[in-house]
Amino acid sequence: MSKIHVTTKVNGDPVEFLADPRETLLDCLRDRLGLTGSKEGCGTGDCGACSVILDGRLVCSCLVLGVEAQGKAVETIEGMAQGEDLHPLQRKFIEHAALQCGFCTPGILVAAKALLETNPDPTETEVRYWLAGNLCRCTGYDKIIRAVMDAAAELRGEAA
Amino acid sequence: MAKDEYREFRLVGTRPDRPDGLDKVTGRARYGADMTAPGMLWGAVVRSPHAHARIVKIDTSKAEALEGVKAVVTRADLPTGLTGEDWDLQENTLAGERALYDGHAVAAVAATSALIAQEAARLVEVDYEVLPHVTDVDAAMAPDAPVIREGAADPTVPEGMHPNVVKYFAFDHGDVEAGFAQADLVMERTYKTEATHQGYIEPHACLGQLGSDGKGEMWVCTQGQWFIRRMCAAVVGIEAAQLRVTPSEIGGGFGGKTTIFMEPLSLALSRKAGGRPVKIVMSRSEVLRATGPTASASMDVKIGMKKDGTITAGKATFRMQGGAFPGAPVDMALYCAFAPYKMPAVECEGFDVLANRPKCAAYRAPGSPMGAFAVESLLDEMCRKLGIDPMDMRMKNAVREGDRAAYGPKFGSIGLVEVLEATRAHPNLSIPLGLNQGRGIASGYWFNHGGETSVSMAISEDGTAQVSVGTPDIGGSRASIALMTAETLGIPYEDVRVNVVETGALGVNEPTHGSRATFASGKAAVEAAQHAIKEMCRRAAAEWGIEPEAVEWVDGAAQPAGPNAGKFPPMTIAEIAGKMGSTGGPISGHHESVPGGVGESFGCHVVDVEVDPETGGVKILRYLVVQDAGRAIHPSYVEGQYQGGAAQGIGWALNEGYIYGEDGRLQNPVFLDYRVPVASDLPMIDTVIVEVPNPGHPYGVRGVGETGITPPLPAIANAIQAATGARLTELPMNPPRVLAAIKAAKAG
Ligand code: FES
Ligand code: FES
Repeated sequence: MSKIHVTTKVNGDPVEFLADPRETLLDCLRDRLGLTGSKEGCGTGDCGACSVILDGRLVCSCLVLGVEAQGKAVETIEGMAQGEDLHPLQRKFIEHAALQCGFCTPGILVAAKALLETNPDPTETEVRYWLAGNLCRCTGYDKIIRAVMDAAAELRGEAA
Repeated sequence: MAKDEYREFRLVGTRPDRPDGLDKVTGRARYGADMTAPGMLWGAVVRSPHAHARIVKIDTSKAEALEGVKAVVTRADLPTGLTGEDWDLQENTLAGERALYDGHAVAAVAATSALIAQEAARLVEVDYEVLPHVTDVDAAMAPDAPVIREGAADPTVPEGMHPNVVKYFAFDHGDVEAGFAQADLVMERTYKTEATHQGYIEPHACLGQLGSDGKGEMWVCTQGQWFIRRMCAAVVGIEAAQLRVTPSEIGGGFGGKTTIFMEPLSLALSRKAGGRPVKIVMSRSEVLRATGPTASASMDVKIGMKKDGTITAGKATFRMQGGAFPGAPVDMALYCAFAPYKMPAVECEGFDVLANRPKCAAYRAPGSPMGAFAVESLLDEMCRKLGIDPMDMRMKNAVREGDRAAYGPKFGSIGLVEVLEATRAHPNLSIPLGLNQGRGIASGYWFNHGGETSVSMAISEDGTAQVSVGTPDIGGSRASIALMTAETLGIPYEDVRVNVVETGALGVNEPTHGSRATFASGKAAVEAAQHAIKEMCRRAAAEWGIEPEAVEWVDGAAQPAGPNAGKFPPMTIAEIAGKMGSTGGPISGHHESVPGGVGESFGCHVVDVEVDPETGGVKILRYLVVQDAGRAIHPSYVEGQYQGGAAQGIGWALNEGYIYGEDGRLQNPVFLDYRVPVASDLPMIDTVIVEVPNPGHPYGVRGVGETGITPPLPAIANAIQAATGARLTELPMNPPRVLAAIKAAKAG
């Protein structure tokens, strides 16, 4: 199948790539652009390991075609820290030991950031339901939820 | 005393940031599928759609003719003449005469892109003659069951059993019948558990390369690079030392990544494609259909108990299928089932049975959860009948140091009584419950494991230290090993870097399994550091012109001791390291062993549930894990193991399970249908780390990874009975089953 030329923005940088129309955005990020921070855990929209922000919306990049990124803006885990400065969520995940194998971590961080941008003061239940699409098999979620709540408090300017 | 309130050590027991944290929160950490190589091809696997079928013919010509396809392999491309476990591994890697389960690999292709490889896989034409199949363990033992493999049984199997029974296992002690005669209550029940999958979020992935000279390399997500090396070498017919295996970061394993699946195929394809590297990444449905789930079990248990709660005897017969190959953990299940109790008499027998399902692999405390589901469920029911508090019963029968374990050996230092005391003291036990709510308690056990271990440590020129270990870090073991090494050397945690290294860098290591990484690699790292300390003391002594025995190591420096004390200022590790080139060369330490002194770990869980009487849905309200860690090196990651184990056990209890159709095909090979617990299913998981130090480890470590998956299965069943009066004896306890049990209980 002939490939399609796609021009898009990833983490603020203009990029272009050739995509087979059957390839997902996740495939294109990982295999065409070398951005392997987004993970494939299922390829069916059930695990959230591939979470990215597409034009401001949280999506499973395994359910979006690469060619759909044309003219849009994509944010991935690789764009979350500003240079050396980690996003508070990233810092809190390390501090709270909110990861074991870390495979779910990029997707959960991207999803949690999207939550805190729309709801800066979520309850524990709200965090749990928002992240219900992000599977973690290692942690039992306890420390993940605590890290997200703590990062939210810091972002609101409340001392932990 | 709770953790963090006291400090016996400078570093052990603290909670520093893990060394791989930054890489993992920024997306930089490289997992199995994240590696590429120049000239790389993509592989895809052709799998059987049938549970049991003769492979009449494989026609690869159309696939080979597709542009971009560089190699196609079938069983004919693998060496012949393998025996025993190697033959099993090869047969599971690629079917020979027959496909033995839905998803069994029959061919593989390599092409210049993933899409071309997938298309080529579809073009491989396989003629099957479908054979009768069986997927249930009891059905597989029935006289009319289709025979999966004639002659697979080992000599332990008694005469006259169905050929699908491949291993028989039994042990006993004491007089069971006399025990039952002494009891005030004897109860007997049958329990069933369904196969579950480890459900690691990272699918298996590898990048393999093999030249016609028999030299190869592999990058792979695995719990054990040496296991991969040995198994792959056997399956494709090369020398083990010629294959260099580098472990990637690993996205979870839980036992499921201790063996091979498609890894040898990447090598076979690469060899056929002129040595170009071949990457194979499994899809989720391939993972569920064709990797190594747990066994499913059917278990009869009989227990005798006196009015005061004293257990007089226990009898258990377990039947397990572990797929189309031997290896169901029926022995482990029986060993663990009665382990927390003083058993005056036990009689156990087990059957390992073949069925048309994928070859089971280890899953966190393999066998223990099934055995506990049966025994802990029955004990709870008996306490209920006799009106005894289940905590009192557990305390009364608890094994202590010096007691004989139900499975034979005498226990050394163990912490079950301390665990039960800490459980009883926990505030969760006095929280009042409401309508449709119930509390369940259960204990669990795992042996833990030593295993072949090789570690190397070297002091750098600036006095910092690097440790090379062979156990992949899944849940923070680099942090715990760095803590112990730094504690021993007397240097800051940040001055130690722990690297998980490839097979070329160390002697043989068993995988990260059996809860051994922090125990065994940690113990070896401490030994290696002590070697280096001895050498550094020797060098300081030479410079000072005194005897090496007159030098001691304190706070990261050599200092004169005894009659020489105070004669020379302490010489720091950095000073000694800075001049190592002129004082005798590099300073390092090694340790190779199969460490003894393994410390067993007991746990006790308490769960509060609410059952919806309309739907049968079970909600977990509260969850408590109490477990003996020996000593928690990094308490956060110990808690993480407890919480993660509990969550997996909750999934196994309530939702997870393989569903095979009449046609023998797996009906739920995606996460939508094989539903693991999500964040909104669970509450916070409370933990108490009990520390009864293991005398067999320099810092008292026992190993904490596995026990935690065991108690949730029975604890939740016990809680459901407390809430509803209905007793469930079959997993998973999903809403339809719970609802049916409630109705049956009401009908009386
Ligand atoms: S990989 Fe996209 S949701 Fe799982
Ligand atoms: S940390 Fe392993 S899946 Fe979440």
